[in-house]
Parts: sequence; C-alpha cells; structure tokens
Amino acid sequence: MNAQEKIVEVKHLVKHFGKFHAVEDVSFDVYRGDVFGFLGPNGAGKSTTIRTMLSLIKPTSGELQLFGKDLTKNRNYILSKIGCIVEKPDFYKYLSAEKNIEIFARLSGVPIKKNKIHEMIEFVGLKGREKDKVNGFSHGMKQRLGIAQTLIHDPELIILDEPTTGLDPQGIIDIRNLILQLRNEQNKTILLSSHILSEIELIANRMVIINKGRTIIQGSVSDLLNGQELIVSFKVDDMEKAKQVVLKNNIPLSEESLDGNNLLLQISEEKISFINKEFCENNIKVFSIEPKRKLEDYFLKLINH
Amino acid sequence: MIWESTYNEFIKIAAKPRSYIGIGAITLIVGIILMAMKLDGMMYISFITGPFEQSLSFEGNILNGNLMAFIVLQMLIIHVPLLIAFVTGDLISGEGAMGTIRLLLTKPVSRTSILLSKYLAGSAYTFIVLLWMAFMAIVIGKLLFGTGDLMVLKSDGLVILQEQDVAWRFFYGFLVAYLALVMIATLALTLSCFSENSIGPIVSTMGIIILFTIIGTLDVPVFDSIRPFLFTTHMAAWRSFFEDPLPKADIWNSIIILVIHIIGLLGIAIYKFNKKDILS
Repeated sequence: MNAQEKIVEVKHLVKHFGKFHAVEDVSFDVYRGDVFGFLGPNGAGKSTTIRTMLSLIKPTSGELQLFGKDLTKNRNYILSKIGCIVEKPDFYKYLSAEKNIEIFARLSGVPIKKNKIHEMIEFVGLKGREKDKVNGFSHGMKQRLGIAQTLIHDPELIILDEPTTGLDPQGIIDIRNLILQLRNEQNKTILLSSHILSEIELIANRMVIINKGRTIIQGSVSDLLNGQELIVSFKVDDMEKAKQVVLKNNIPLSEESLDGNNLLLQISEEKISFINKEFCENNIKVFSIEPKRKLEDYFLKLINH
Repeated sequence: MIWESTYNEFIKIAAKPRSYIGIGAITLIVGIILMAMKLDGMMYISFITGPFEQSLSFEGNILNGNLMAFIVLQMLIIHVPLLIAFVTGDLISGEGAMGTIRLLLTKPVSRTSILLSKYLAGSAYTFIVLLWMAFMAIVIGKLLFGTGDLMVLKSDGLVILQEQDVAWRFFYGFLVAYLALVMIATLALTLSCFSENSIGPIVSTMGIIILFTIIGTLDVPVFDSIRPFLFTTHMAAWRSFFEDPLPKADIWNSIIILVIHIIGLLGIAIYKFNKKDILS
C-alpha cells in the first residue's frame, strides 16, 4: 500500500446552477490512509463538491479523478469503492434497519451475507434493533445506521458529509469515536466535511478549507495550525500574584484574561511550560493547565481574507 | 445488477402501505358491483334486452359470470389508471422526497438500470393489480352467477358471444388492457422524474388522461387529426375483442400506438433521469 497514493484528485471544480455559482474553483487531493477534513462555513460549497464527487451532480467544469480514474468514464468502478453519507442519513422508513442495509448492500456490487449485515449493525451499536422499522429511529440512530450502510461493502474511501449535524453531545462523541475506530482499526481513508473546526482538528490529519466556492488553503492539520497562538487557561490559587508574574514576563493581560480562578493567556505552545515554571518558583499553586487553540479566529481570518 | 435492483424495487413496493390501496379499492368496488348485481341484476339485464325484446327472445342464464366480468372490466378500466399512477408516480419522486435517492444513486449501478428496474417493478405491480381484478371479476363472478353466453351491448346493436367463445377474448382483452395500463404507469414514472414530490406526478397523470379524454370525445374537427394518435383513444382497445367479427387492424393499430407511447415516454424518462442533478 503506497502511503502517498492519491485517492481523490479534485482540480479546479466549478459548478453553476444557472446564475448561482455554488462552486467556483475547488481543488484538493486526498491520500490513502488520510482522515481528510473538508472544512468551510455553511454555503461554502462543501455539499455540492461532495455530491459532484459522487456523481449526484454534474460539474460545469473541472477534473475529478478518484482511484486514479476519471469519474465520468468510470462511475460504477469508482462508486463500488466508496461508502458515503450525504447530508442526512435517510432510509426507507417503512422498512426495518436490517432490510434497509440489505437493499443498499445488494446494489454495492459484492455479495453480502446476512451475518455481515448483523455484524455491521452490531458494530455501530444498534444490536437488538435490526428488526425495528427505521421510522422509529432517532437522528443519532439513523446516523449510526448510515455508517453501517457505508461500511457494508468494505469500501476503500468513506465520505461523510457533516456526520455530526443534528446530534446531541453524546451522539457527536459516539460518531467521532466510530470514525477514529475506522481509521485506527480498519485503516480506511475518510473524507469528512464539517463546518466545525474543533471536530476536524480532533480527527483529521489533513484538511482543506473552502469558502464561497473556492479553495482557501490545504495541507496537514498540524502544519496549518502550527505557529498559531493558543489560549491557555491556568487554574491558580493566587490570582493577583499570578497576574504580576505574567506582567513581569511581558505577556499582555486584559479584562478577558480573568475568568474566575482561571487566567487565560494568549501564548505559543513553547511558553506554557515556562509560565508554569515561573508560577511554581513564585509559590503559586497551579491546579490545571488547559490549552485552547484559537481555531475560530484562525478560520475566520482565512475566510475573511 | 438490474435484477438485484428490480428485486429491491419489488421489496419496496410490497412494503409500502399505498401499494395495497389499489388492491383494496378493487376488492371493494368489484364486491359492491357483484353484490348489487346479485340483488338487482335483472333490472340491468332488462335495460340491455329491452329494446330487442319485440324482435328477439332471450333464453338461458343471461345474468352470468361472463357478463359480470365484462361489466366490471368496463367500469374499472376507467378508475384503475388512478390506482396505478398512485404507486408508479411515486417511484422516483418518492425517493427524492424521502431523501433515499442520494444513497441510491451513489451505488455502483447506472441510473438507466435503476430507472428500468423501477419500470419493471411498476409494470409487475400493474400486472398484479389487473390480475386481481380479473380474478375478482371472472372467478368470483362465475362462482356467484354461474356461466353462460355473453351479451355485449354496442351503439349499433347487440353482440351475443357463445360461452365457449368467450375465454380467449377475455385473455387477450386483459392483455391489451394491461398494455394500456403499462402506458399509464410509464407516463406516471416519466412525470415522476421531473418532480421532487409524489403528488405532482399522480395529479399530472390524471390531468393528462382527463385532458386527452376530453379532446378525444369532443366532436370538433380541429381535433380530428390528433385524435387517432392520443393514447386515451386506444385505452379501451380491449373492448374490440368482444366484437364479431374481430377488428384485427384496429386492435393492431391500438397496440402499435400504445407501444410507441411507452417507448417514447421511457426514452424521455431515461434522458431526464440521467441528466438530473440530485439536490434533494
């Protein structure tokens, strides 16, 4: 398996719906083994790009190569290697979970046995609900079923379009853990679209940011976020003393820096241990240190550029 | 892959509650007709035979199962298109409305195969509905009313077909009626490709049938040139099998026009479905 093998190549993708320009110029590459974050604010053109990659929408212009082949000429070959959820995971409400998976598995191009369907349903945590009609499923359960449907034919590339939208906090954590499990245990290549930066940072190793239908930046998540200052929260016992230490070290303080017993400092990653040492040497007890990257600021800076 | 997809479509149709509305409606309507005829059928018979009683004498079981089947077929063939459109008009647009079309069209099956599999499943459903109607009309009709010669009232006279000469006419009559209903199913499926909701194609199908029927029955010279080519003109072609002698040329003409409509509409549906951007 070639770690640098390009699985997805999108070059200068354009899609116009009459006078509305949904995608103006989007380009990015996804490599085998990537968990690739596809980031952009609402209306940036993420879903249109994903739908174009899945041949749901025909591009106005541009090139789409998946697994080294042109999408328009090799549609069925390419789609046989992809599992996806596009926006909401919608199913036939009048059919059971098992029957829904069976229906989509039958079209996947590989013979799927009943026990494999049960395995997948169990994998996504829906064991015991196989025979229940989807009509009674919550959004989170449908999302899980969507992932089971995505994995049933063992695809090489998994495309998840906003998979955590509409989920409660526990549902978001469950889906995130599922994605990590797919990456770590099954070594799947995953393209994950989202407008939530922290979600991408937690899961993805590479990402592209698009806005107004155009690619803004792409690269590895660590490279793109490296050098960005963090907001670090220090929980201390003596706030006044801590403020003096901070000011002595020429670190700016404002009213926003004070949050109860927490001192919020805008510093680089390297300075965290230095400040901690300074606090200790001045007999200030440090109960916790919590770094928070200013992702939203970074994101806004890019898209407003 | 088209067979796997067609099998899927069968499962979906079989699981949808709306698929049983047609069968339920036929059971109810035919049941009511048969019961009414059992209670008061002789009055209906006297309406048919009345004008001829001075010149002809009628003997034997006139109110029989063959006559019941003919009456039922004649009455229901007007309403069955609505029941067919109710299911086939939903085949594509229903997937769009439900959101499942996104998943369906990201599978490694060509859009043409998916459309054709829906068409095959829709045609099979149409066959089942018609078969049920035939069973109710012929089998139940004969059980309740016995058998006998078939009397068919026409605008220019009365045709009496002997009992042993009727079965094949029903067989071919139902086949041509099936072709007409498949034409309706194709129309509904085609309109379904243009819509994102289920109601639109169903209402549009019925609207087109009503419009063409009005054009076909209006005795206005301006419509004379188009009337022979309207599918509604040929929807009652099954009745020709109950004429004596058999108008073979007319029957073939109707079959050809219906088949041309089916092929043409299917072509439009395939073109539209392949070009369609899935935005739902």
